[in-house]
Amino acid sequence: MKKLSARRRHPLAALVVLLFALACTGGIYAAVSPGQAQADTSSSQSLAVEEGKKLFAVGCSSCHGAAGQGTSDGPSLVGVGAAAVDFQVGTGRMPAQQPGPQVEKHKVIYTQAQIDQMAAFVASLGAGPAIPTQSDWTSNEKDAVSKGGELFRTNCAQCHNFAGSGGALSNGKFAPSLRGVSAKHIYEAMLTGPQNMPTFPDSTMPQQEKAAIIAYVTSTGSSDSPNYGGLGLGRLGPVTEGLFGWIFALGALIFAAIWIAARTTKVKKS
Amino acid sequence: MSSQDNMSEEHLPEATQPHGEVAVHDDPFADPGLPPHEHRRTDIDERAARRAERQVALLFTLSMLATIGFIAAYVAIDKSKVVYIFPFGHVSALNFALGTTLGISLFCIGAGAVHWARTLMSDEEHVQERHPIEASPEVREKVFRDFRVGAAESGFGRRKLIRNTLIGAMALVPLSAVVLFRDLGPLPEKKLFNTDWAQGVRLINMNTNLPMKASDIGVGSLTFAMPEGLTESDENFQEKIAKDALMLVRIQPQDIKDKQTAQWGYEGVLAYSKICTHVGCPISLYEQQTHHVLCPCHQSTFDLSDGGRVIFGPAGHPLPQLQITVDGQGYLTAQGDFSKPVGPGFWERSA
Repeated sequence: MKKLSARRRHPLAALVVLLFALACTGGIYAAVSPGQAQADTSSSQSLAVEEGKKLFAVGCSSCHGAAGQGTSDGPSLVGVGAAAVDFQVGTGRMPAQQPGPQVEKHKVIYTQAQIDQMAAFVASLGAGPAIPTQSDWTSNEKDAVSKGGELFRTNCAQCHNFAGSGGALSNGKFAPSLRGVSAKHIYEAMLTGPQNMPTFPDSTMPQQEKAAIIAYVTSTGSSDSPNYGGLGLGRLGPVTEGLFGWIFALGALIFAAIWIAARTTKVKKS
Repeated sequence: MSSQDNMSEEHLPEATQPHGEVAVHDDPFADPGLPPHEHRRTDIDERAARRAERQVALLFTLSMLATIGFIAAYVAIDKSKVVYIFPFGHVSALNFALGTTLGISLFCIGAGAVHWARTLMSDEEHVQERHPIEASPEVREKVFRDFRVGAAESGFGRRKLIRNTLIGAMALVPLSAVVLFRDLGPLPEKKLFNTDWAQGVRLINMNTNLPMKASDIGVGSLTFAMPEGLTESDENFQEKIAKDALMLVRIQPQDIKDKQTAQWGYEGVLAYSKICTHVGCPISLYEQQTHHVLCPCHQSTFDLSDGGRVIFGPAGHPLPQLQITVDGQGYLTAQGDFSKPVGPGFWERSA
């Protein structure tokens, strides 16, 4: 008990107490009314908002303000919708770890349940896009990959490269590679436009078109998709191909030239 | 030297005088001539020579086998077959087999030829003396004499009228070629100044091929548009879209820095040409927070909230903005053509 008391002024003490309190509240609620939570969606929704608000107060409010109104350190979250929260926290971009030209992908530190609670809270601040479901990002069209390829080249390839390998933008910003990004997160990114990415709302790019783009990105990005030309070299285009050609192909030719012109072994009669 | 330890004495050549010129010993700067020729092992050891011959033949045979393998692979392997090969990953089996066999067959011909030249062909040094380029004095003398006689007989220097008219005729002949250049193609006329945008032409979404309302364009979104009446099946679609391509963004009215930019848009919806004014690359690397558009070719950067002003890079003109409004049904339409020519600068373009 003495030990515990000695640590009561530790910087993380408040967090520990809060998490303990949260776990207690959640636990007690779940224990007392398990059936009711399933049946009454509106009350479970308001509970999620309540829980999300607490998580938000701890993890997000220092930059985004206690009511998500935004501060000098972070933008307002009113109207960004649940999809934005699910993308930013679900890919580990938020909570942001350090300032820089662009907030990058990191390890995800919240569970999906916590992310859903925070998303419910942010969605309650103002209407915005909801978290998409499996049926949104799955295309059942036969020619989805080829159609998606065309849409990808019109709308996305300028920044993310024709094969989704990503590319550079101005002042240290960049469009990240799309390899290994889940279909849900790609859909959410198109819907909400994280950071400097523009949005592609349903009014200008309907849901089936987004699903077709995802079909194309998944098909090109998967490790099973063959490289018909042999080495893919990151599919970055002429820069890596040229570099490879100059260093390895020309290097091999130089060694061949040295071998051709080298003196053959001579026999000296001494 | 270990290489000659196992060599029988009778295979070694007679000790001969070096066949290069021998230097004079008391002159340290004299040309020392070529060093004495040294024999290769294959020159003096018949067994080594036969081994080298077998090696060359083996390389040529390998090449033949690889060529047969190439044809066999072309016939046997299905072109849709994909296999996993270690450092390359999943590759097309046919492409991989064709590349490997053709590479081996070409490499073995080259390697065999070089090995042949290095071990078996003669490697005796030869000296080829340079010859003076100048002709002999007698020939020179005769040529100059003949020229003087010919010039005097033609009277070219004396009859000035003939000389001057000949010069005039020769100078004018190339002009006919210059005139023929005109037939290389039609003149561009005013094509570079105009696009298909005109008063009342609706903006068509390139994704859905439908006209758009201002409410469809969300803040921070990016949409590409073409003029109504243009379809991708048109024969000259590529030629037209190369000038007509339009990008639509929406910026919060308080973030628009330039008054005219805001007036030319509609409720914050701004329409800009998608063609860079430097060398005409399509630019649409739009950063929605900074409102900057970056050109991927030479990094020209334009500020869409400030009339498409160039803020970085080699572009010489701001990005042309299209003046837009809405028609009676609420669809976005152009108010006319671009006020400045789109794309890179050209000779007749005013600033």
